[in-house]
Amino acid sequence: MISQNVEASSLRKFEKVCQIIESNGSNPGKLIPILQQVQHEYRYLPEEVLAYVATALGIPPARVYGVATFYAHFALEPKGKYVIKLCDGTACHVKRSIPILNALRERLSLDEKRKTTQDMLFTLETVSCLGACGLAPVMVINDEVHGQMAPDTAVALVNEIIAKEGKA
Amino acid sequence: MKGEFVVIDGRSIELNGEKNLLEVARKAGIDIPTFCYHSQLSVYGACRLCIVDIEGRGVVTSCSTAPEPGMKVRTNTDEIRAIRKVAVELLLANHDQSCPTCSKSASCRLQSLARRFGIEQVRYKRVSQPQQLDKSSYSLVRDPNKCILCGDCVRACREVQGIGAIDFVGRGSHTSVQPAFGKDLKQVECVNCGLCASVCPTGAIIPKPEIEGVWKAVNDPKKKVIAQIAPAVRVAVGEMFGLAPGTIATGQIVAALRMIGFDAVYDTSFTADLTVIEEGMEFLNRKTKGERLPQFTSCCPGWVKYAEQYATDMLPNLSSCKSPQQMFGSLAKHVLPETFGISKEDLVVVSIMPCTAKKFEAKRPEFIVDGVADVDFVLTTQELGLMIEEAGLDFESIEPESMDMPFGQKTGAGVIFGATGGVTEAVLRFAAEKLGAPKYAPVEYRQVRGGEGLREATLTVNGVELKLAIVYGLGNAQKVLDDIRSGKCKYDLVEVMSCPGGCVGGAGQPVSKYGDASARRAKGLYDSDKMLDTRRSQDNAAVADTYKDTLGEVGSKLAHDLLHTKYKSRKRLSDSDMELLSGTGNKKLDVKVCVGTSCMIRGSQHLLQGLMEHIEDRRMSSCVDIKATFCFEACDLGPTVSIGGKVIRKCTMQQALDTLDEELSAMGAVAD
Repeated sequence: MISQNVEASSLRKFEKVCQIIESNGSNPGKLIPILQQVQHEYRYLPEEVLAYVATALGIPPARVYGVATFYAHFALEPKGKYVIKLCDGTACHVKRSIPILNALRERLSLDEKRKTTQDMLFTLETVSCLGACGLAPVMVINDEVHGQMAPDTAVALVNEIIAKEGKA
Repeated sequence: MKGEFVVIDGRSIELNGEKNLLEVARKAGIDIPTFCYHSQLSVYGACRLCIVDIEGRGVVTSCSTAPEPGMKVRTNTDEIRAIRKVAVELLLANHDQSCPTCSKSASCRLQSLARRFGIEQVRYKRVSQPQQLDKSSYSLVRDPNKCILCGDCVRACREVQGIGAIDFVGRGSHTSVQPAFGKDLKQVECVNCGLCASVCPTGAIIPKPEIEGVWKAVNDPKKKVIAQIAPAVRVAVGEMFGLAPGTIATGQIVAALRMIGFDAVYDTSFTADLTVIEEGMEFLNRKTKGERLPQFTSCCPGWVKYAEQYATDMLPNLSSCKSPQQMFGSLAKHVLPETFGISKEDLVVVSIMPCTAKKFEAKRPEFIVDGVADVDFVLTTQELGLMIEEAGLDFESIEPESMDMPFGQKTGAGVIFGATGGVTEAVLRFAAEKLGAPKYAPVEYRQVRGGEGLREATLTVNGVELKLAIVYGLGNAQKVLDDIRSGKCKYDLVEVMSCPGGCVGGAGQPVSKYGDASARRAKGLYDSDKMLDTRRSQDNAAVADTYKDTLGEVGSKLAHDLLHTKYKSRKRLSDSDMELLSGTGNKKLDVKVCVGTSCMIRGSQHLLQGLMEHIEDRRMSSCVDIKATFCFEACDLGPTVSIGGKVIRKCTMQQALDTLDEELSAMGAVAD
């Protein structure tokens, strides 16, 4: 029954994509806002949805793919339920963000290529600056900001989430 | 702008409407280096090689700077030379420098600029990772390791052909040029015209070579290997041996091919004449009945694939004639095995074409009969030149020879096929007589010739008015299609060629340093036409014999089987279905709704929503799989829905829901 609801929601999502395109007047000039809204719906940009957006806007799929790969904001692979953005800008880097990254990677069995856990719970990525250098090193989990992190406090946050999700 | 001057390197140059300093400098005889500037494409300003120094303004890119009267411009200061050198050196650092084995070696701009700037060593290390080559296409090979990201291919595909099959992917040092979703070229909407390859300054996109197979065939004593030579080849191959564009070298090509080992050499102009008669009759029939007008030409395989992807509503309007290449192939395989006393399998037909899309055309399944291809190999003009070089022949001193008969006979009409407007003029020469013009009336229709990418002509033959459009560049074809669909324009005949200037400007032609090479090659064809005694296809005696001995009447069953073909809608992208609902039950009904452009316009989205709601109302979602798919390849009959394997064209909501209910009850599906 659960999986059925998930599937039924893909129909809803597709309807939503149609609405997004319509509300933007099917205007190819609004490709970026359209992609942002589509990503909000799916949490990433599935290939077939990009192809659909291209068809609906009357622009080449290669152009849509080009835009989607240009901006770091757009994801072409499904992201986890919790997206961890660890800042590795100058200030955070100097304040030792890399050991935090390594600790998180180890805890979640991730590496440079594998950024999302197999259970789709976490995605770990680095960003260049979150604009909160006073709190360095900074980490954002979904929309929640955590300042002055250290490897152990960061891992503790992750453990908390795992416990909450009942996947320990 | 008359009487206004800029000073370039100390010399006053009068302005005459040039859009940028680079053009002014070229006019002054200074070849400013550039990778990314092409006069027919938009200004990009990426390669930074065309920099110049303007007094009081400093270093700017000349391609994107408009000339202003009084400007003082220097093109070779020390600063400029140093910047250019570093730019080329950095490009070389990441470039796969396997120059001796690169087919672009002789005409690579990166190589020639490195030489020109005196670069003797590359001080930087390679940082890019080696990437795989894309050899999926029948026509082109992409080698990302040789790409310098000038974007010429991207803009040519988008701006000239209106397609955009490739684009920049990624960002910064990770940027590359790729088809959509990193797919192979064969899986996307590329029409194989090769314009990308002809604008590529390096070997990052090249025509797919077939030389090796041809050598093997000519050296195989069991095989009879014959060649057909397209019109545009004869006025261009000489350029690879130092001759001027437009030099007619038919006789040398024939002799060279015989020396290489070909058993017979024929002319594609022969089947061009045959095309004129078949296509001309088809046109006159349609014109008399007033149906399926305008008639579109079908000789250009790039255009045919484009129409199958983007103009499915117009497919009935395409002439059903095969291209001259394929007419030759099917006729040769029908007639020549008996002539030579060999089996069909031992006859090898090699086409020599100015074109990369012909390689794809020869591989279309409808042109491969019982496993035997009508055309076995397609060589480009460049490949012909390379074979002649490899054979060690001194092209200029080869004694010319004439073609083999009967398929070597041609008229002027069959020769001008290679230039834009040529097919139209050839058809007019045929149609005029049929419409009652006197037999010896002048044969030249200069109003259909020219250099513009979209031309119109209206002429009256014996009281019958013919409205014509002549187009090259598929972007221009799109404009004409839009005007026809909206009713803004009405034509009787539309000629479409993908390449700028027609086949003479094809991507298989030698890389030319002359900007007007296509025009000069076209002139060569028109000169050749003028010198031929017979200039109308209906006067080709060998064509008449072919009807008499082989085909029977024009439009006979055999003529139809051998010379005509069918078109079908084609998916632009492969594998992009969208799963919207996948039921959990054991038995599931498969429902597919096309959401491609044509079907969307016809309301497929509405159908999809209706089906979804209905399934939910009946609580049947565990028994159904729903996919939004991209093409059932029947766009003229959209919206198309498939329910449990039943394909419903022009589907209405009622039909969709009724069929769904029927299929569900046949399945014995029960509500959740």
